[in-house]
Amino acid sequence: MCKECGCGLSAGAPVTVSGHDREPEHEHGHHEHEHDHGDHEHHHSHEPEGEQRQMLELRRSILEKNDRLAERNRGFFGAHGVLVLNVLSSPGSGKTTFIVETIRRLGQRLKTAVIVGDLATDNDARRLRESGAPVVQINTGTVCHLEADMVARAVKQLDMPRLDLLIVENVGNLVCPASYDLGEDLRIVLLSVTEGEDKPLKYPPIFHSATVVIVSKMDLEKACEFKRAEAMANLRHIAHHAQLFEVSAKTGAGLDQWCDYLVRQHEAVKRKC
Amino acid sequence: MHEFSIMQSALNQALAEARTAKAARVHELRLRIGVLSGVVPDALQFAFEALTPGTSAEGALLTIEEVPAKFWCAVYNQEFVSANLYSECPDCGQPSNELRAGRELELSSMEVDCV
Repeated sequence: MCKECGCGLSAGAPVTVSGHDREPEHEHGHHEHEHDHGDHEHHHSHEPEGEQRQMLELRRSILEKNDRLAERNRGFFGAHGVLVLNVLSSPGSGKTTFIVETIRRLGQRLKTAVIVGDLATDNDARRLRESGAPVVQINTGTVCHLEADMVARAVKQLDMPRLDLLIVENVGNLVCPASYDLGEDLRIVLLSVTEGEDKPLKYPPIFHSATVVIVSKMDLEKACEFKRAEAMANLRHIAHHAQLFEVSAKTGAGLDQWCDYLVRQHEAVKRKC
Repeated sequence: MHEFSIMQSALNQALAEARTAKAARVHELRLRIGVLSGVVPDALQFAFEALTPGTSAEGALLTIEEVPAKFWCAVYNQEFVSANLYSECPDCGQPSNELRAGRELELSSMEVDCV
């Protein structure tokens, strides 16, 4: 019996139905079957007249369009020698403060701009502008993540040839943004000590996708009774490939190492350009 | 939350394929979704039921094949499936740097009625 439709034909005939590549193979035009109805006669068709069931092989990414636009962004960023970060975390883990302090600490070392996504308000954009960097706000409305075309449109408002570093602050969300490539060089995922040590185990897709994990708000480590060793072990299970930085945007701890890392990464991008 | 837009994107592509094939009706749409894709199959199913009425895929079956996380162990030269999504090889304990499957968000095939 045919595994696809249960029509009872045996193997042997050539495949004509698109994508019907599994054994056993046979012709699939149902109304062309010859079958035995015993000693009685009747006429029927298995399907409405003129219709034929077909299987279409698709085998393509659902996010093909976003992936294509992300690659175009990547090429554009690379041609300008701009290092691009996609910064992800749950709401309230300190992305904006971390970015503001990163820009302040980098000073003249890297000319930086920010694209920030939020469902509503430009509060983050106003806070980010205090760093002196140009900022473009994207309001996504009801969309819970940034997509490559939103970034492509926002970039048009920036003077790319003058930039070294573009930081994209994604919508605060530990689930949805993981699926969308924006064309970034590095994916930065924040885990604040206030969120608990098991966040990487609860949200593996986003932590697995990280190139860098920033453990933020380290100044609150003691107050939150943050179990550092346990958090590090959890990060190793899910994201051991990621570069790890422990920072406090408030006290500045760990920010120098982080900024040195960014300068090195920018040099690598510049060399390729 | 983003399952709606992912399902919309999958459906748009499927309906375009159906039109190209001059199909009158979509019977079944098959997807492959990796466990590390960040997409929840149940939410896709819900979105599919909400998005298909009025289209040629109304009443169609959505079949989702979940793809497990599969890593490559360079020490033992073997692939291993990780049920808890940890990257350590169960035999040698070394973490893997190479995920070979598990991030798929793929439109695999569809079954249609052609006139």
